[in-house]
Amino acid sequence: MAWTRNVLRVDLTNGTCKREPLNMEWAQQYLGQRGLATKYFVSEVDPKVDPLSPANKLIMTTGPLTGTPASTGGRYSVVTKGALTGAIACSNSGGYFGAELKFAGWDMIIFEGRSPKPVYLWLENGKAELRDAGHLWGKTVWQTEEIIKKAHQDPQVRVSSIGRAGENGVLYACIVNDLHRAAGRSGVGTVMGSKNLKAVAVRGTLGTSSVRDPKAFMAAAAAGKKVLADNAVTGQGLPTYGTQVLMNVINEMGALPTRNHRDVQFEEARKISAEAMHEKRPTDGKSHLVTNAACFGCTIACGRISKIDETHFSVVNKPEYWGASGGLEYEAAWALGAANGVGDLEALQFANLICNEDGFDPISFGATVGAAMELYELGIIKQEQIGMEAPFGSAKALCELAQMTARGEGFGKELGLGSARMCAKYGRPELSMSVKKQEFPAYDSRGIQGMGLTYATSNRGACHLRSYTVASEVFGIPVKTDPLVTDGKADLVKAFQDATAVFDSAGICVFTSFAWTLADVQPQIAAACEGDWSMEKLNEVGERIWNMERQFNLAAGFTAKDDDLPPRLKTEPAKTGPAKGLVNGIDKMKPEYYKTRGWDANGVPTQDTLKRLGL
Amino acid sequence: MQKSLHINAAKCTGCLQCEMACSFEHHGVFNPAKSRIKVFNFEHEGRKVPYTCTQCAEAWCLNACPVDAIRVDAGTGAKVVNEATCVGCKVCTIACPFGTVNYVADTGKVQKCDLCGGDPACATACPTGAITYVDADWTGLDKMRAWADKTDTSSRASA
Repeated sequence: MAWTRNVLRVDLTNGTCKREPLNMEWAQQYLGQRGLATKYFVSEVDPKVDPLSPANKLIMTTGPLTGTPASTGGRYSVVTKGALTGAIACSNSGGYFGAELKFAGWDMIIFEGRSPKPVYLWLENGKAELRDAGHLWGKTVWQTEEIIKKAHQDPQVRVSSIGRAGENGVLYACIVNDLHRAAGRSGVGTVMGSKNLKAVAVRGTLGTSSVRDPKAFMAAAAAGKKVLADNAVTGQGLPTYGTQVLMNVINEMGALPTRNHRDVQFEEARKISAEAMHEKRPTDGKSHLVTNAACFGCTIACGRISKIDETHFSVVNKPEYWGASGGLEYEAAWALGAANGVGDLEALQFANLICNEDGFDPISFGATVGAAMELYELGIIKQEQIGMEAPFGSAKALCELAQMTARGEGFGKELGLGSARMCAKYGRPELSMSVKKQEFPAYDSRGIQGMGLTYATSNRGACHLRSYTVASEVFGIPVKTDPLVTDGKADLVKAFQDATAVFDSAGICVFTSFAWTLADVQPQIAAACEGDWSMEKLNEVGERIWNMERQFNLAAGFTAKDDDLPPRLKTEPAKTGPAKGLVNGIDKMKPEYYKTRGWDANGVPTQDTLKRLGL
Repeated sequence: MQKSLHINAAKCTGCLQCEMACSFEHHGVFNPAKSRIKVFNFEHEGRKVPYTCTQCAEAWCLNACPVDAIRVDAGTGAKVVNEATCVGCKVCTIACPFGTVNYVADTGKVQKCDLCGGDPACATACPTGAITYVDADWTGLDKMRAWADKTDTSSRASA
C-alpha cells in the first residue's frame, strides 16, 4: 500500500497533536502528496481565507513512493494558500526530510491555527510534541538545524525550518530542509512563520515496510533506474553539469530573460553557466564546483555543491560562508544573475547562500531585484531610498540587498513584498514580471511560446514546474515542437500539467521526466500501491488534481483575467536571437487551452468536465 | 576467489540506495536506520562517504565474542553473526576498532555486514559505482590503473 495511513493533525492554537487515519477513498482518487494533501486542504479551508491568518492551514506531505528505492523517492511537499499569490500553493522539496517523515510513520502533517508563541514540532516515530522555540526565533535555517540536532543529541535528526525571512514576513519565504533543499515558491515559509512554527524535526526508524508487492516493486524500480542511467540528460548531462547546463542553451535560443525581461539574451551568460562552475578560478586555482550531490533515493544527482571564492568581496572575513554549500542551480543562477544583469558567479553564489541560510526563494527575490533595478534606472526609486546605487549589473547591490531582505532591514522590506506589490507601490505595476503575483522563472516566453501558456495558467502563479514544455520545445522530450509557434501548445501544456500532477503526487522528482514518461512511473506506483493504477487512471488523477486546484483558485476570486502575462511580453518583441521580433501569443493560446481543458470561455470547468472527473 | 566490498567515496552522491537495499535484504523493510552500511555526509567539505565492515582477516569482533556467535563464512570470508547464539552482550561493538558492528535494540542482538552471502545488495543498488564487490586481492586495481594512466610513456615512443 505504500501509504502509512497515518495523518498527524497539529492544532497550534491549542498545542495538541492527534493521529487520524488517512482517508483511503481519497488516496485512491488523488494518489498522495500534492494531489491528496490538496484534497484535504480544499475540503477544510475557506478559499477566501487570508493566507497569513490562523484559519489558513499548512500541510506537509509525502507520496506513496517517498521513502522507497524508486529513484528520487524522497520528495515531500508543502500545501497551503500561498502568501505571495493568494492561490493554492504546493512547493516540493528533496533532500532527506521527506523520507524521514515517512520512516517515522507519517503520510501527512496538517498544521492548523496559530501558536501563541514560537514552537517547533518534534517527531520521533509515533511520538509527536510541540516544543518551545523561543531560543530558535531569530535564528537562521542553518543555526536552527544545528541547535536542534545538538539538543536531541542526534545528528541523524532531519529538520525543515524557516529562517529569518519567514519570520520577517518576506512574502516568498521558503521552508528549507537539509541546509539547502527547499519547498521554495509561493511563500509557504511565510505561512509557516505566521503560525509561529519555526521548524519540524523528525527522526524516523520504522522504515517503509508496506509496499504492496516488494518483488514486483524492486523490479519496476530497477527498470526505472536503468532508463534514467541510459538517458543522455538524466544519465550524463544533469549529473555532470546540473540544471545549470541550461544557461548557455537557453541563451542561444534567445529565451534567457535579461534585465527584467528587457532583453532575451545575456552577454555574460557564459560567465554564470555550468561550464564556468567547472573552470579553475584565477584567484585560487580551484573550481567553483566541488561535487554533485543526490537527494534521498536519487540516481540522477543533479545537485551542485560549491565553494565560494574566499577572496570575493562578499565573503572577505566571513569564513562561515567558505565551506561547501548548495548551489548554483539554473533557476537561481538566472534569477540572481541574468534577470538583473549581474555576471559575477561568486556574487550569485553568495546571494544564493543567503537565500538558503535565511530561507527565501531566489527566483522571486532575484526577479524582484531586477524590477527594482529597472525602477532605479527609470529614476522612480532613488539612491537614497535603496541606500545604495542599484543599476542593472551591480553585484554589490545584489549581495547587499540579499542580506537586507533576509534581515528585514531598510529597502529589504520592500523587496520582501515581491515584484508585483513593490512595482504597484511605485505606480508601475506593469514592470512586475509575474503571474498571480509570482515571478517568472528562467525562460522567456517570447522565445519559448509554450512557457507563456504554462505561466499564465499555472495554478500556483508563474512557474516552470507545472508544465515544463521546455522539455518538448527545446529538447524534443517526448516529441520536438517548435518553440517559436503557438500551434499545438494548448494540448502540450495540458498534457504536461496533468502528467506533472501525477509525478508530484507520487513522491518522486519531476526531473525524472526528462527520461521517464508516465508509462515508466506507472509500474512503480502499481507495484507499490493497493488498487487499480492503470495509465488511464493516472491520467485521470492528474487531470482531476489540476481541476481541483483550479476550482479552489476560482473560489478564491481568481478569474480568466489572471491567466495573463505582463504587457511587456505581449507588446515588446524580442530584440535579438531566434525569436527576434516575436511577442508571446498568449491571447491565441488561452482560448484553445480553455477548450482543450473542457472549461468555458471564462476559464471555468464545465459541469460535464467536473462530472467526468468526479469533482 | 575471495571478494570484498570496495568503496570509492569520491563517486558517492549520498542517495542512500545502499542503505535501503541493505535494510530490505536483511529486514524486509526500506529503512536506513536498520542498514549495516552507512553513508556519512561531511556537508561543509562536500564529501559523502559510505562506510561498513571491511571483514578483517583477524577480526576483533570474532575474537572478543564470549559465545562464539561470530563465525567466518567459508564461502565469502565474511564474519557473520549467528543471531541464535548472540546474547547481545555488545562486547564485539567495543572490540571493533571501526564501529561497524552494532547493537539492535529491537532484537537484542548485534548486526554487521555479512556480504549478503556473496552478492552484496548495497553494491548492486549503488548507481555510481561508489560501492563495488571486487577481487579481495586487488582492491587497489582501479587506483593503480588511474595512476598508470598518468605515466608518461611518450619518451619511449620518440626514442
